[in-house]
Amino acid sequence: MKQKLRRSMLFVPGSNTGMVCNAFIYQPDTVMFDLEDSVALSEKDSARMMVFHALHHFTYQNIETAVRVNPLNSPFGLQDLEAVICAGADIIRLPKTDTMDDVLEMEQEIAHIENRIGREKKTLLLAAIESALGVVNAVDIARCSKRMMGIALGAEDFVRDLRTQRTKEGTELSAARNQILLAARAAKIGAFDSVFSDVKDKEGFVHEAQYIKGLGFDGKSLINPNQIPWLHKVFEPSQKEIDWAIEVCEAAKDAKEKGLGVISLDGKMVDAPVVLRAEWILDLARASGVLGEEQ
Amino acid sequence: MKDIEKYVNPKALTPSNASFFRYEEKSKGEERRAKLCLSIEEAIYRSGLKDGMTISFHHAFRGGDLLLNNVMNVIAKMGFKDLTLASSSLASVHDPLIEHIQNGVVTQIYTSGLRSKLGEAISKGLMQKPVQIHSHGGRVHLLQSGELHIDVAFLGVPVSDEFGNANGYSGRSKCGSLGYAMMDAHYADYVVVLSESLEAYPNVPASLHQDQVDAIVVVDEVGDPSKIGAGETRMTTNPKELLLASHTAKVIEHSGLFKEGFSIQTGTGGASLATTVFLSERMEEKGIHASFGLGGITGTMVYMLKRGLIKTLLDVQSFDEFAAKSIGENKNHIEISANEYANPSSKGASIKQLDIVVLSALEVDVAFNVNVITGSKGLLRGASGGHSDTAAEAKLSIIVAPLTRGRIPTVTQRVNTVVTPGATVDVLVTDQGIAVNPKNVELKERLKKAGLHVVDIHTLYERAIALCGEPAQIAYTDKIVAVIRYRDGSIIDVVRQLA
Repeated sequence: MKQKLRRSMLFVPGSNTGMVCNAFIYQPDTVMFDLEDSVALSEKDSARMMVFHALHHFTYQNIETAVRVNPLNSPFGLQDLEAVICAGADIIRLPKTDTMDDVLEMEQEIAHIENRIGREKKTLLLAAIESALGVVNAVDIARCSKRMMGIALGAEDFVRDLRTQRTKEGTELSAARNQILLAARAAKIGAFDSVFSDVKDKEGFVHEAQYIKGLGFDGKSLINPNQIPWLHKVFEPSQKEIDWAIEVCEAAKDAKEKGLGVISLDGKMVDAPVVLRAEWILDLARASGVLGEEQ
Repeated sequence: MKDIEKYVNPKALTPSNASFFRYEEKSKGEERRAKLCLSIEEAIYRSGLKDGMTISFHHAFRGGDLLLNNVMNVIAKMGFKDLTLASSSLASVHDPLIEHIQNGVVTQIYTSGLRSKLGEAISKGLMQKPVQIHSHGGRVHLLQSGELHIDVAFLGVPVSDEFGNANGYSGRSKCGSLGYAMMDAHYADYVVVLSESLEAYPNVPASLHQDQVDAIVVVDEVGDPSKIGAGETRMTTNPKELLLASHTAKVIEHSGLFKEGFSIQTGTGGASLATTVFLSERMEEKGIHASFGLGGITGTMVYMLKRGLIKTLLDVQSFDEFAAKSIGENKNHIEISANEYANPSSKGASIKQLDIVVLSALEVDVAFNVNVITGSKGLLRGASGGHSDTAAEAKLSIIVAPLTRGRIPTVTQRVNTVVTPGATVDVLVTDQGIAVNPKNVELKERLKKAGLHVVDIHTLYERAIALCGEPAQIAYTDKIVAVIRYRDGSIIDVVRQLA
C-alpha cells in the first residue's frame, strides 16, 4: 500500500484563533489541532467549537487533519471525540498512552460514535507515548488496533517520568526513540518524533531532525510553522537517491508491462520493499519540489 | 558708480539689503557667519515668508521627525495664515498639524503620505482644499513643471557648517540620505537649514550645498534617533511574513531576471527584509551578484554590499541606522536625489535601469491595481512613496501581500483608491497563491514550470471572499478630500470624505 508522507505534523493550539485560521497556509503534511495541554481549562469548550468549525471549513479539506483530544478519563475527552469525529477529523491523537487498554477504550468510543453518525471513513489513531510504561508497552500499543496509523514520542512528559530533563544531545531519549521505532516498524505503522521546543534554534532543530531521520522516523511533531521548511529540507532526497529511485521504478514498470514476476535492475533482483522505498523517495522529492509532477 | 552704469543695468547696482553690499557694514569675519540665525523666528523673518506662500520639509527623519512640528508652531505663533505645506511625506508624528489646519495656518497640503489622526481627520473633511498625494518621483515632476513652487524650505539635518554644507550620515540624529531634501534645496526660493550641530567649514562631502542655502539655525534636536528607523530592522520571526518572503524569493529566482548583474529594490517591513535575506542565500549558492540596490536602503542591503553580493547601493532614503551610517563609510553606497531616483521627466532616473522591485499593498484588485493609501475603512493611512514610480519602470514589479488581514480581504474586485495602475504590475505574491498579470505570458509559464503555486487572480479574489465574506461598501460623501496624482502629474483617482 502506498505510504502517505507525514514528515511534518504541525501542532495548532485549538484556542489560538489566528493559528487555527492560518495553519493550512504553511502546508504541513498533517495539521494537528490540540485540545489538550495547550488549551487552558477555561477555554476547553470554545477551543473544541473552534476546531469543530475549522475541520468543516474548506481550507482544511485538502490537508490531513489530526486532533489531540483530552484523555477519556477527563471531563472533556468524550465531548472532544464526539465533536471532531462528527467534523471529519482524519486522525485522533491519543494523549499519554500507557497501555493497550487505553487504545482499545478509545477505539471502542470512536467506533460507537462512527456507527451512530453513520461515518463510513474510519477514523485513524495515533498514540502518543509519553511515559516509561508506554515505552515498555509500545509493541502492544502499536499492534492492538487496525486503526493505528502510527505511534509518537511525547518527550516532555517522558523525561519527567524518567526523572531527567531534555538535552540537545538527546541521549535521555535514545532508548525510547529506538523502542518506539522498532514497535512501529514491527506493526508496519508510522513512527513520529517529539517536538523541538526552541523555535529560534534552527541549527539545533536541523541537527535533531537529521538524527531522527537517520534512525528511521517518518517525521516529527512541530510547534512552529517556521520549522516546516527546515524539516522538509532535511527530508529532501539527494539527486543520487532520486536517480536511483527513478531507475528502480522504471525497472518495476518495465517488469509489469512485460508481465514479469521478477524485477531486475543491472542484473540484480529488486524486492517489493525496495520498490516501495523508491516510490517513497520519489514522493518525497515531489513534495520537496525537486521533482516535477510528471516524473 | 556713474561710469559703470553706462555699461550695466543700473537697477542691479541700486544699493539695497542685498548681501553683497554687506561688506560695507560688516567685517569679513561676520560675513562668514552671516547665514547663521539665532532662532527659527529670525530665519522665518529673513526668508520673507508671507501669507499664502508654500513651505516645505523633507521626511528623512520619518517617525522620529521633531522639526516640522517645531517650525509649524513658530510659524503659527508668528501669525502666518493660508500656507501650503509641501512635505515630501508626513508620518504619525505630524498629528499636531490638525490644529494648524483648524486655525487656518495651513490650508493646502502636498505630500506622499498621510497617516494616523491627521489622515483620519482629513478623511473626515478637515480641509477645504483636497490634499494632493504625489509619488516620490511625481513630487519632483510637480516641482519641475512649476505646479509646486516652494517659497521657503525648512530642511532639518544632523550636521551642517556655518555656510550650509550639510549631510545626514554623521552627527546625532542620523537620517542618512538627504535625497528628498536635495530637491527642496534645489527648487526653493529660500532655503533654511536647521542643524543639530555645526561643524567647521567645509563640512564635505555635503548633500545640501553652500550655494543652495540661505540661512542656518542651530537647534537642540531635529529628530529622535530611536524612531528614525522605519519599522523592523531585524529578521522577522513572523511565520506568515517568512512564508511570503520565501515565495517572493522563489518568484525572483525563477523570473528569468535572476542572473549576474541584476538590480533590485525592496521596501521596509518584515517580508521585504526577509526576501532579501532568502535571496542573498540563493545568490551565494549560485554565485550571482547584483549590480545595484536602489531606493530606500535597509541594513540588510548594506550587509549584502559589505559581503560583495551587491556592487553599489543607490540610496534616496536610508531606512535604518545601519544604512544611514553606511553612506558615510562605504564608497559604493551612494546618495542620490529624488530626481535621480524616480522623476518620470528626469534626464536620468535610476528606476529606468531597475530589473526587480518588491512592493507591498493595502489592497490589490482583480485588474492588479494597487492601493497603498486608504485602509479598509476608507481612511487615508499610507503613502504613495515610490510605488507607482518603480512599478512603472522596473522590468519586474512584484506586489507582496497576505491574501487576508484578519477579516479583511486584500484582493478585491476594485480597490478603494488606485495609486499604482494594474498595467504596471507584473505579479502578486500572496500566502495562498501567486497571480501573474495575464499580459506576462512567459513569466507565468516560467513560474509554473518552477513548481510555484500560480493561480488566476480571480481565484484569489474568490478565495479571499470565501474566507472573509463580502465586505460592506464604504459610505462616502461627494466631497473630495484627496487627489491622487500619478507620477506624470495626471489625476489617477480621488479620495472622498467619509460619510
